[in-house]
Amino acid sequence: MKPRRFNMRSLILNTGSSLLLPLLVLFSLFLLFRGHDEPGGGFIGGLVAAAAVALKLFAEDYKAARDMLRVHPLQLVGIGLVLAALAALPALFFGQSFFTAQWWSVDLPIFGHLKLSTPLLFDIGVFLGVIGAVLTVVFTLAEAEHS
Amino acid sequence: MLIAVLSCFILACFAPWVHRLGGRQSGWLLSLLPAALFVYFASLLPEVSQGGQLQFAYPWFPGLQIQLSFLIDGLSLLFALLITGIGFFILVYGGRYLEGHQSLGRFYIFLLGFMGSMLGLVLSDNLISLFVFWELTTITSFMLIGFNHEQEDARKKAHQGLMVTVLGGLALMTGLILLGLAAGSFELSTILASGTLTEHSLYLPMLLLILLGTFTKSAQTPFHFWLPNAMAAPTPVSAYLHSATMVKAGVYLMARLHPSLGGSEAWLLILTLFGAVTMVTGIFLASRATGIKRVLAYSTVMALGTLTMLLGLGTEKAALAAVTFLLAHALYKGALFMIAGILDHSAGVKDFRDVGGLRSSMPATTAVAILASLSLAGIIPLFGFVGKELLLEAVLSASIWQIGLTVATLVANIMVVLVAAIMALTPWFGKTVETPKKPHDPNVALLIGPALLAVLGLLFGLVPALAADGILTAAASAVYGQPVTLGLSLWHGINLPLMLTISSLILGLIMFRFWAGWRHMTRFMQTAEKFGPEVIYERLMLGMTSFASWQTKTLQNGYLRNYLITTLGTVIIIVGWALLRVQHLELHISFDDIKIHEFAIVALLILSAIIAVVVRSFLAAVAMLGALGFGVALLYVFFSAVDVGITQVLVETITVLLLVLVLYRLPEFRSLSSTANRIRDAIIAGATGLLMTVLVLAITGARQLEGISEYFLQNSGPLGHGRNVVNVILVDFRALDTLGELFVLALVAIGVYAMIHLRTGALPVTNSDRRAAFNFRRAQKEKSKAEQQTKETGESS
Repeated sequence: MKPRRFNMRSLILNTGSSLLLPLLVLFSLFLLFRGHDEPGGGFIGGLVAAAAVALKLFAEDYKAARDMLRVHPLQLVGIGLVLAALAALPALFFGQSFFTAQWWSVDLPIFGHLKLSTPLLFDIGVFLGVIGAVLTVVFTLAEAEHS
Repeated sequence: MLIAVLSCFILACFAPWVHRLGGRQSGWLLSLLPAALFVYFASLLPEVSQGGQLQFAYPWFPGLQIQLSFLIDGLSLLFALLITGIGFFILVYGGRYLEGHQSLGRFYIFLLGFMGSMLGLVLSDNLISLFVFWELTTITSFMLIGFNHEQEDARKKAHQGLMVTVLGGLALMTGLILLGLAAGSFELSTILASGTLTEHSLYLPMLLLILLGTFTKSAQTPFHFWLPNAMAAPTPVSAYLHSATMVKAGVYLMARLHPSLGGSEAWLLILTLFGAVTMVTGIFLASRATGIKRVLAYSTVMALGTLTMLLGLGTEKAALAAVTFLLAHALYKGALFMIAGILDHSAGVKDFRDVGGLRSSMPATTAVAILASLSLAGIIPLFGFVGKELLLEAVLSASIWQIGLTVATLVANIMVVLVAAIMALTPWFGKTVETPKKPHDPNVALLIGPALLAVLGLLFGLVPALAADGILTAAASAVYGQPVTLGLSLWHGINLPLMLTISSLILGLIMFRFWAGWRHMTRFMQTAEKFGPEVIYERLMLGMTSFASWQTKTLQNGYLRNYLITTLGTVIIIVGWALLRVQHLELHISFDDIKIHEFAIVALLILSAIIAVVVRSFLAAVAMLGALGFGVALLYVFFSAVDVGITQVLVETITVLLLVLVLYRLPEFRSLSSTANRIRDAIIAGATGLLMTVLVLAITGARQLEGISEYFLQNSGPLGHGRNVVNVILVDFRALDTLGELFVLALVAIGVYAMIHLRTGALPVTNSDRRAAFNFRRAQKEKSKAEQQTKETGESS
């Protein structure tokens, strides 16, 4: 049976997505950074960001979404894994056991009080890893559709 | 001490850069490390030769009582000196031997890594760290044997060595754990001090398992076949691994454990029998071979058998004979292997039949080869003679099979003389044979190792007390378990062993005269080899792969429904069986504090599940599954698990997106399964649902221990610096779990990527390919953009 081509290109979706996209990406970052205290976190943020890129894919096409990401999503997976694994190491230098969280408080003139920590680094790793993994699957399927 | 062991691994990491900086002299540069280590270990000699023991301990996994502890006594120091001393020569030699080889840097990495693992193995006091180093030697030697990995043969042989030794390694691990449990300690020093274990009820299984490990590693019959095959490695590797170090690891362990495990009937019978059989098999095969390295490899098998046999006898004399023979063998076999390499490097010959009359063109090499061969043959006044006399004396005073063992040793000795004569005479004397390369004496880097080792063999032979007082008595005491009082001497007077030596010498030389005839006479072996252990090994490997492909075809048949049936069916049977065995199953069912909106959500869930099953369109089924998911998310939110709720909503969204992408690829919605299939599926689905329901009800009713959630709730603020408990658990309390899940996610992504691209045949093969493809696409894009721009500018103008 011949596969039916799908084409969802509509003006409304197209315009809406270009307005929504920056907001969604910002929102995903917001979710990522507030995650430690309020609902959110790397996993949720990553899913939102991945959905944002997927929206671009549906509103325009595979190429546009691919160009928007610039890097191959599998590279994001790799970077995410490395960051998450790196977060395990600093504790070893302080003689603590593997993966013990380290916290550094920084006071910056504009941003105010800033809590930097290895869990944050870890969460960023999760964030990138989730984006990468979801988009790898989405892009691979879309590419198969494309060709 | 820790630094001494780890320095090899650290230098291994930097070896390629040292190689790039050092160029031609990189071998000399890197060999400074084993030289320094040798000096360090030698500085411990005075204390150890007085019978002293040194112990060093560093915590490794304190929680599991595993520590990196090192024990230095005569035996381990003897091995450490051999490893670093011969290692020094091998690095110098290897640097020149493989000069210009494109992956010389890689060679240094693995050789240094191997050296470090071997040092760790012989110095370890802890059974667990000993085993870790044991397996590290297996892995690094696999890399070294398969060094020329472009050749299929080298890969195959490396694989064979790996499989055989890893099989033994598994048995060894079990055996060592049993040993640790039986002795009540995993520290060798404690185990050895606590006396013999032969009466323990676990004695026999632990002995057999440990021996399986040591026999495979030390190439005892019937596992002897991997050692000659490992000659696929470059010659420096063969000289190092297969003469002086790795294959002796098994011998080391048997010698090390002798005070605890030795002395029993089983030990005596097994070791003596296998040792004697290996000794005769090895030297018989050596006398038939013609490849230079092959002859040497088989004669190494013979030496390993001899050592095992001596350890099996376990008398004071045998212990001393074992360490003496071991040192003598390491000296002359290391030298002879390096000479085999020189023959290949300088003259291009690999086989004794293609060589002759080289003495005039390679005089220095000839002299060294003769000196080392004399020690191999056991001719006075070389160190090999001392070893051989002791061996004969030990065998003559054996407690069992005295005559049989003596005859076996005599036969082996005759053929050893034959092998020594082949090595000492064939390449150098007789008619000059045209060789592929113009023969010449090699560079000093190649010759210094064999020359010094051979000279040491002469020196220790002339002054045996030097070796005995230095290390051998202390080593023999460590093997024997009590101080050894016997000394070494060159001349034992005219006695039976001397007579046997002289007769074996004469018979060996006669055999050498008729070597070609001997090979012709024993050609039946070619048929016999078709039923040998190597063929059995290959059959087993083939059987394993065909079993694997059969079970893959059966279990992984590509039908999702079959996977589900297998998985769910297993769960139902195992968990259901466990549930049925529970005596007082209490199910807490109460509808009291359920609110009305919760009822509504549950009704919605049930309804959407039913519709999803009966509906006759893909899109509707997907939508219903989505509704189910959102309903569950709603439940999460009501029970104040906001994060989980959000995640569920997002996952549902992404799932729908993915399904849309896939949906258009699916065939039309049709019903293909028969009624019987449907009934079967319904039963499995129903049983799974029922089981989970009962399980959840039973578990919530039967909670006995305090839940862990209270701890998380209280500590997420003070310890985790966060108010969102779910997130604190994910990224802090249980970060390792999350990391594992992240890896799973990455694997899934790679799996999907690989599956789809393999199917369309567009999978970029390597990373660089992918980068090239990416760059190519980008270049094309930029080109088309540029074209468009020129077109636009052209139109506008």
